[in-house]
Amino acid sequence: MTDHDLVRGAGTRLTAAAHALARVPLCVIGLPLIPLQLYAYPLILVTVGVPLLLLFTALTRQYLRLHRWWAGAVLGEEIALPYRVPANRGPMTRVRAVATDPQTWKELAFLPLNAVVGVLCGVLPATLWLGGLFGFATPVLWLLGADGLDYSGITPTVPGGFLIAPLLGAGYLAVAWWATPRLVRLHARFVRWFLAPSQTEALTHRVRELADSRADTVDAQAAELRRIERDLHDGAQARLVALGMSLGMAEELLSRDPDAARDLLVEARQSSSQALSELRDLVRGIHPPVLADRGLDGALRALALAHPLPVEVDLVLDGRPEAPVESAAYFAVAETLTNVAKHSGATSAWVRVRHENGRLGLMIGDSGRGGAEATGNGGLRGIERRLAAFDGTLGIASPVGGPTIVTMELPCALSSVKTSSSSGTA
Amino acid sequence: MRVVLGEDLVLLRDGLIRLLQAYEFDVVEAVDNGPALLKALVDHRPDVAVVDVRLPPTFTDEGLRAAIEARKRVPGLPVLVLSQYVEQLYARELLSDRAGGVGYLLKDRVSDVRQFVDAIRRVAAGGTAMDPEVITQLLARSGRDRPLATLTPREREVLSLMAEGRSNGAIAARLFVTEKAVGKHTANIFGKLALPLSEDDNRRVLAVLAYLDRL
Repeated sequence: MTDHDLVRGAGTRLTAAAHALARVPLCVIGLPLIPLQLYAYPLILVTVGVPLLLLFTALTRQYLRLHRWWAGAVLGEEIALPYRVPANRGPMTRVRAVATDPQTWKELAFLPLNAVVGVLCGVLPATLWLGGLFGFATPVLWLLGADGLDYSGITPTVPGGFLIAPLLGAGYLAVAWWATPRLVRLHARFVRWFLAPSQTEALTHRVRELADSRADTVDAQAAELRRIERDLHDGAQARLVALGMSLGMAEELLSRDPDAARDLLVEARQSSSQALSELRDLVRGIHPPVLADRGLDGALRALALAHPLPVEVDLVLDGRPEAPVESAAYFAVAETLTNVAKHSGATSAWVRVRHENGRLGLMIGDSGRGGAEATGNGGLRGIERRLAAFDGTLGIASPVGGPTIVTMELPCALSSVKTSSSSGTA
Repeated sequence: MRVVLGEDLVLLRDGLIRLLQAYEFDVVEAVDNGPALLKALVDHRPDVAVVDVRLPPTFTDEGLRAAIEARKRVPGLPVLVLSQYVEQLYARELLSDRAGGVGYLLKDRVSDVRQFVDAIRRVAAGGTAMDPEVITQLLARSGRDRPLATLTPREREVLSLMAEGRSNGAIAARLFVTEKAVGKHTANIFGKLALPLSEDDNRRVLAVLAYLDRL
């Protein structure tokens, strides 16, 4: 260890010790929050407890947010919020959500324990550092006449005391050097243990998320199948029935009235091409043929070509994602571009596709007026649900005045076919 | 006129062969997959090929790829591509060598037999046959183009028919006007779009398609 390292190590440790000491009052001022919260519960009976409880809980949670923040900084990870979300904004619902949330009670236990741990972890390093330094100052003070001064039981009359005091001080400093970062981390881990979602909670949360997205997916699929069934029933099937009828009647009339038969045949031909056109639209909505043929690359470029605005496609993929993911990504981009054409007032748009860290990333930007958000049953919310089925996410950056950038991420692996294209404005 | 046919569905293949023979085409070979199609096209060098986009073994755009590859080896080989759906991207790829002798039609156009046979003959003669749906798409996305916006409705109609690959004579018959009137419209269109007016029908069509595609 060079001198430089020594100085730097001492510097960081002293800063850490100073911070820990500064946290002592922070840990202690949390204590009044315990009685405040607990008193609010009986007061719910006389109504006034409801706002009080919500207020004190909010106060506690804000206060604990500080702890999450510093502990997260020490541990180098973000500590997530573990709270249950109330089903609605009604005050009683929120009170119930607070009271039944195990985290509320865990935090009540945390406050006194944290006061103790916080004081220990704050005072101990500071004491060790100061005490160690004092060991070097003691002999000087003795020489200046402070005979009554006692340093860890060492007095000037103890044989060799002038030597032992600084040695002892050096020992304290060594312990302080070793203990400071460990105590700080210990406290941070203690905070994390109480304030982070437990593994069970994290899993419960995940299960709830998956159950929701599965329900959405099943609903969406059922609706999709109903739509296809209806389209086939009212469209192609009906046309084929009409076609059969026209042909049958033409057969009847052929010898008696060839002109009428010819008219019927023309009608039959029209029915057949209408049926085909309807089937074509239907197929495009289920799985666009160009996507099957060319993958995302070709399909997105075809999409860009058919778009009323100039759309620039920049795609680099080392293969093709699994078909369902590919299809979800395609429809998400298609829907977003449709929104761009309909609402954004943009004069151009761009699409960027990459695959990084096991995730397919899609970005769609436009030069429009911005202000887009995923609300109600809007198109963006639909895309969000579609992506959620594959554990994908949707992000929207759309300040009023534009530009808008929609970001989508889908976890997926690629099969190995190299695809790369960067078209100019299509 | 010698024709090579590439279509994997037996029902459609037999139907097409019957239809072509009824109009006195000579179907020299009918194949049902991409590699065989490419070989047949290069070996026979037919007067025209009628090809389905989607063929085995991949059931993707095998037919289109074979057609484009064959045109690379035999420049200008006339090919009429049929498909259940039209994609502007594919039209662009077919037209990209600017050699003419290309058709791209929806399969349902077969049911209008006379028009379909006319399209085959046009392609065989080095002309173009683009599906009206391709042209509609092209025109829809070029909606904000200034010169196009100055066209009268009639001129737009003539432009669409011309982009499909029809000659002035055919356009005149279709719109129930004289060929001279169509010629006047054509001259106006080329003037407004600042394109060099050619006497040759095929070259005019390619110029219009290139103009629309560039937008």
